[in-house]
Amino acid sequence: MTAISKTTNGGPPHENLAKGLGIFSFALGIPQVLAPGRVNRMIGVRDDAKSRMLMRAVGLREIAAGVGIFSRRHPTEWIWARVAGDTMDLALLGSALRSKSRQPARTLAATGAVAGALAADLVDGLRLSRSQDGQHEPGSSVQLKAAITVRRDRDELYASWRDFERFPDFMAHLEEVSSTGPDRSHWKAKGPLGTDVEWDAEITEDVPGERISWRSLEGAKVENSGTVRFIPAPGNQGTEVHIELRYEIPGGSVGALIAKLFGEEPAMQIKDDLRRFKQIVETGEIARSDGAPEGQLNKRQLKPRPAHPLADDELAGAGIGGGS
Amino acid sequence: MRATVWAGRNKVEVENVPDPKILNERDAIVKISSTAICGSDLHLYDGYIPAMRKGDILGHEFMGEVVETGRGVSNLKLGDRVVVPFPISCGYCNACTRGLFSLCENSNPNASLAEKTYGDTTCGIFGYSHITGGYAGGQAEYARVPFADVGPIKIESDLEDEQVLFLSDVFPTGWMGAEMCDIQPGDVVAVWGCGPVGQFAIASAYLLGAERVIAIDRFEYRLKMAREKAGAETINYEQQPVREALREMTGGRGPDHCIEAAGMEAHHHNPGMYAYDRVKQAARMETGRSYALREAIFNCRSGGTVSISGVYGGFIDKFPIGAIMNRSLTIKTGQCHVQRYLRPLLQRIENGDIDPSFIVTHRMSLDDASNGYETFKHKQDECVKVVLTP
Repeated sequence: MTAISKTTNGGPPHENLAKGLGIFSFALGIPQVLAPGRVNRMIGVRDDAKSRMLMRAVGLREIAAGVGIFSRRHPTEWIWARVAGDTMDLALLGSALRSKSRQPARTLAATGAVAGALAADLVDGLRLSRSQDGQHEPGSSVQLKAAITVRRDRDELYASWRDFERFPDFMAHLEEVSSTGPDRSHWKAKGPLGTDVEWDAEITEDVPGERISWRSLEGAKVENSGTVRFIPAPGNQGTEVHIELRYEIPGGSVGALIAKLFGEEPAMQIKDDLRRFKQIVETGEIARSDGAPEGQLNKRQLKPRPAHPLADDELAGAGIGGGS
Repeated sequence: MRATVWAGRNKVEVENVPDPKILNERDAIVKISSTAICGSDLHLYDGYIPAMRKGDILGHEFMGEVVETGRGVSNLKLGDRVVVPFPISCGYCNACTRGLFSLCENSNPNASLAEKTYGDTTCGIFGYSHITGGYAGGQAEYARVPFADVGPIKIESDLEDEQVLFLSDVFPTGWMGAEMCDIQPGDVVAVWGCGPVGQFAIASAYLLGAERVIAIDRFEYRLKMAREKAGAETINYEQQPVREALREMTGGRGPDHCIEAAGMEAHHHNPGMYAYDRVKQAARMETGRSYALREAIFNCRSGGTVSISGVYGGFIDKFPIGAIMNRSLTIKTGQCHVQRYLRPLLQRIENGDIDPSFIVTHRMSLDDASNGYETFKHKQDECVKVVLTP
């Protein structure tokens, strides 16, 4: 129903540590597979057929992790695989120390080295996991795409979308959009800690029934632009609504604030916005449950309230007046 | 009001919570007269469905009286007696218009959560975790029913609650399990699991023209119900090897269609096999134990249909895709699109083709819900179905 992609420009400096860990995996894995006996002697464990086999297996695992880190755009999972591998190695070395270590000092040194690697893997794993969750570096731009199919014809959807003042009905982070001229509007968004972010925007392209583009005017703290396109869906299923948004995240403290505002989970946020749009158009209302009384809301999905009816003050807090 | 809430794994409590209110124009409030515990509630009770929160009201099989309606509900009046289907469905989106009500694109406010888990969203479901929307359930005195202009079916005849209550879920679920088999004259259908859904799958297979239905379970009292009430031939898998018995009973062909009505907490007669999957499930390395499903696939006649009505929450292990591919088996499944079946099945009940109340073994007060869950879970006292009265 929805598709999404997200790109950030600028280099990925946070992936350098991951690449380093990938090289480390190869450097460790290749000798383990090719010369397990030597590695055994180096770390001071008994060198026999069984321990060589184990060493080869550990080496293969390291090589797999190395290949994984280099071949995937998001090496996060492989870094976590390294964390698991390190933990296993520590357990093996621990049992070697207890039973069959020939040279406990060497085994102890190897244990220290693995513990160090584990620490680096953990740091990198945590950092990559966080950045994958959608946080953005100030100074970069974020581009978001999403699509949804709505069972209405495109002229009707175009008309709802052309009325920017209705955006806050389904765009969760917007507080108010007011028209200031035929092609101009003033936007007000909710910021963190009760702050507001405001800017002016203009329509840059308007093809009735097909497409609308807009961009922020000079002076906006966060430069942004967007395009929405309406394409007939095959088989009389209505209209595909494709949206593209682009935000330039400025540097400095404003940038950090803006990154937080648009950046916590921008991909999910825009998808949720499109779902709310579809709900309003198709059903006339926003689906609300006891666990998610505000309706589709990213924050709420990560932290639902219990699924039992809300008391009156809680209902007021969720902005619900009642529909009866 | 009083309501049955999930209080952690293997724990439910009856608590006082605020009364539900109309939140949207298409809502109604129903004062519940009868509500049942479903086998799928046990998956929540046992902690195998993720995204449960303490305080969630359980229950998705309920009926009662309309006591309040939103402005957008014109088809229901105060005082109407209604059965509420478990899927919450808008009735307008592309899924609903194709009759796929349990795939409603608009009713799950936690659609992103469901999309992360399942690849795309499902409909909202009453009392069935936050993945299906975080809606309060119906094991309570009252429930808020969204899209009340589409879901609930009015009961205008003088049928007892227990005769129509199961239209909310288990009767249509069993019916859809049989319907998915596309039964032709002469077909033999095998049903794994003789809980409520299995019983209705057996009865429905006969109503849809099956020549014979063979039911498989390990509880003699459930097999007895399948024989005496639903008319099946039976196999107790703890006493006889299923494969040999099925081959013998079908002249070596195997059943033409197999309905899996056991789900992700199935049992296996071999303690080693059971332990293997039980441990993997406990370690969350798989979320379902799928013996019944594997057996259904392996034993189905080549070219036949395996219809899955049992509930699965995530991933299973050792899925015999080779048997499916090489023997041209068709797999069909889905949460029941209940709204599609309400009218025709109510008609069947009114005609006297079936009286669904035969599955009820226990009647309790809502206040005894905790006892009801334990009795049902451990199959104590020959339990098949518990109905609670608020």
